[in-house]
This record gives sequence, C-alpha cells and structure tokens, in this order.
Amino acid sequence: MDFSFVGAYWGDFTEGFKNTIYASLLALAGSFILGILLAVFRISPWKVLRILGTAYVEFFRNIPLLLVVYVFYLGLPSMGVDLDGFTSGTLGLMVYTSAFIAEAIRAGIQSVPTGQMEAARSSGLSYVQAMRFVVLPQAVRIVIPPISNQFLNLVKNSSILGVVAGFDLMYFADNVNSYSFQTIETYMIAAGFYLILTIPLAYATNVLERRLARTN
Amino acid sequence: MDFAGAYSPHNLMFMLKGFGLTLVIAGVSIVLSFLFGTLLGVIRYSRIRLLSPLAMIVTEMIRNLPLLLLIFFVKFALPEVGIKFSTFWAAVVALTIFEGAMIGEIVRSGLQSVNKGLVEAARSSGLTAVQTLRHVVLPIGLRRMVPPLVSQFISLLKDTSLAVVISLPELMHSSNIVMGQNISQVFPVLLLAAALYFTVNYSLSLLSRRLESREGGRRRTPGAGTPTVAGKVNTGNAYVGNEV
Repeated sequence: MDFSFVGAYWGDFTEGFKNTIYASLLALAGSFILGILLAVFRISPWKVLRILGTAYVEFFRNIPLLLVVYVFYLGLPSMGVDLDGFTSGTLGLMVYTSAFIAEAIRAGIQSVPTGQMEAARSSGLSYVQAMRFVVLPQAVRIVIPPISNQFLNLVKNSSILGVVAGFDLMYFADNVNSYSFQTIETYMIAAGFYLILTIPLAYATNVLERRLARTN
Repeated sequence: MDFAGAYSPHNLMFMLKGFGLTLVIAGVSIVLSFLFGTLLGVIRYSRIRLLSPLAMIVTEMIRNLPLLLLIFFVKFALPEVGIKFSTFWAAVVALTIFEGAMIGEIVRSGLQSVNKGLVEAARSSGLTAVQTLRHVVLPIGLRRMVPPLVSQFISLLKDTSLAVVISLPELMHSSNIVMGQNISQVFPVLLLAAALYFTVNYSLSLLSRRLESREGGRRRTPGAGTPTVAGKVNTGNAYVGNEV
C-alpha cells in the first residue's frame, strides 16, 4: 500500500469531511424540529392530525432514502425548481430522518404511564401544561438514546450526497479515486474519516442506553 | 406530468423487471446476512479468546461505516488485490457484510437477554456449553429477535437501492432510465417506485408489528431481559433501524 499520494489530495478529503459534518448538522436540526412536530401530530387529540402524522411516518420509513433525495434532485427540477446536490441531499436526509425521529419521540412520550397525565390533568394543569411540565421531562430521558442512534445513522446516510454530487466526503473520495487510481488507499482514508465521526457517536449511544437501563 | 407516457406497458414491464431484481438481491442478501450475522453474534456471545474480540472489532468497524462506502470498496478496491465480483455479487457481498454486522448485534443482544439462571441450570444438569447454546439459549433468544430482525430486513430491502451506484439494473436503475426519457416522466416514475417499495416494506413492517405484540406478551415471563441494540427495543413499536 502506498499512501504517498495523499498529500496532494488532503484538501479534498478535509473539504468533503467538513461538508459531511455540515450536512449532517443541518439535517439533524431540521429533522429534529420536523420530528417533534410529527410526534405531536401523532399523539394529538385530533384524528386528522394523527392520520397525517402516521401517514408521513409510515411512508418515509418504508421507502429508500435515495428515492427521497431523487424527489428533490430530479423531481423538483422537472417542475422548474432547481436545487444543487448539496441542498437536495440535505433536504432529503432531513425529510427521511424526521420520520424516524418522530417515531422515537412518540414511543418515548407514550412510554410515560398514562396515570401521570391523568394525575397532572386532575390537579388542574391544562393539557399543554401537563405535557410541558410532567410528561415531556420524563420522556426526554427515554428518547435521547434512540435519537443519538438516529444521528449516527444520519451521519452514515449523509454519504448519499455522493450520489447526487453533493460535495461530501463520499463524493470527494470518488473524485480522488478517479484521479489517483489508488482505490484501496482512498477508500480506507474515507473510511477513517467516517469512523472519526461515527465511533464516538456509537459509544455515546451505548453509554446513554446503559445509563437509562440502570435508572429503570 | 406525463403519467400515460411514463406508465406505457413497455416502461411498466421494464420497471417491474427492475423490481424483480431488487427482490432477488434482497432475498439472497437476507439469507446470507442472516447466516453471517448469526455466526458473528454467537461468536461474540460465547466469549472465545481472540476470536470474540476480533468479531467485535470487525462488527463495530462495519456497522459504523456507510454502506455506500462498502459497495464502492467491494466493487472497485477489492479487484486490486485480485478479488473480483460481478456487479450482482458485489452488491450481495457488500449488503451481506454490512447487514450481517447489524444482525450480529441483534443476535448477540438477543442471546444475552436470555436469563443467566436458565444457562446455569442447563449447565448444571449436565449439558455442555454447545448443547446449552443449541437447545436452550438459541431457541429462546431467536424467538425474541424476530421483530428487530424483520426491521433489519426492511432496511436491507431499502438499502438495495444504493446498488444503483455500481449500475446494478435494480428498480432505482430502471427508474433512472425511464426518467431520462422525458423530464415530464420524473414524478410519475418516482411515485411508482415509491409505491412498489412501500407495498413490500409496509407489509413486512405490519408482520413485524404483529410478531412484536405477540412477543410483548411473552416477554413478561420471568427472566426475560430486554435486548439493548441501539434503538431496536424498548420503544414499543420499535423499528428504528439502521437504514441507509
């Protein structure tokens, strides 16, 4: 193995690495907000909202991410809305991941015993107050590990940007490969960069899960 | 939007053929990754010296890499050291390695959720370690793993779409071709592809949910711990998988 070519392409790797982090953080923020909204829809007292929330979550959990990204990358331009690879990839990631985050949040909220809500309501709190001060604080603890796991998936999934020329790590790795012809070495370096991000996340998820299991 | 053009009999047949290949590749990879994953899981569970830590390192490495990277690696890097695959087998190998690592985690935590007392009882009534695994731990553990396994298989089916990057003629690839005919066909084609994936995956997820609620009743039996694969359990309706 010969890694001497790396110096010439180091800038490409770091540029891609930065964009991967950037896209992941953007998509995380977006999917978190969207996910909370969807989870609220799914447990709301109104049937229409529940159906909407459920339809969204079930639909996006059961189709490939690539298809969602294609809607932004190929579908919207076919109707005159042009998006670049980075934007459509990040939007796709956001829409897709929000379904999983919504599901994690809903499961967390519903795992809080219903007696808690009933007790809060009968001591005079409104529905929103009961949610805000009684149910959500208990749910957050349960929800953090699966969300951390979703973030890990999100970072790995961000490699989809490479398919739509989104200038992420995967994209630049392919580029470097086609210039340098050092295939094994190039992909090993890309793998190293991904592991720098994902191993700490996996470790954090594990620790959070164990802590939750202990307190239960 | 040109629905009539996009759904012409010729295009429909072409896309269905692509979906056929998607299902074939998913089927083959499900079988192989289940075997590979069970092997990894049992090795990690049994704490064999050297072998178990090695299995752990391999699992953790693979689990934390993007599948896309593995597909590229198998298709383009391995031939440099003389390991060549056809496009079909490159996709199957990459999927098997990646999903196998995921399934290994499910199997390991499923086995570890089996009550230690049962294992001790089996050992003290004279069963060897292998017999205990074969007759006590595996039957109980496997039953408990079914819901997360089905979820993982759904992920696998979705993940086959990534083989489009090595031009495997599966559904996303044939969709690409039909979309390329005419820009007004893009939305209808994406809609049809989504409907095909959704139908199969949603049926699987309903199946997984039924099995899960049945397991939920069973899990209250004494001694049943809960497996701890990240985001896989504890969430009631838990298929928060590791999708790409």
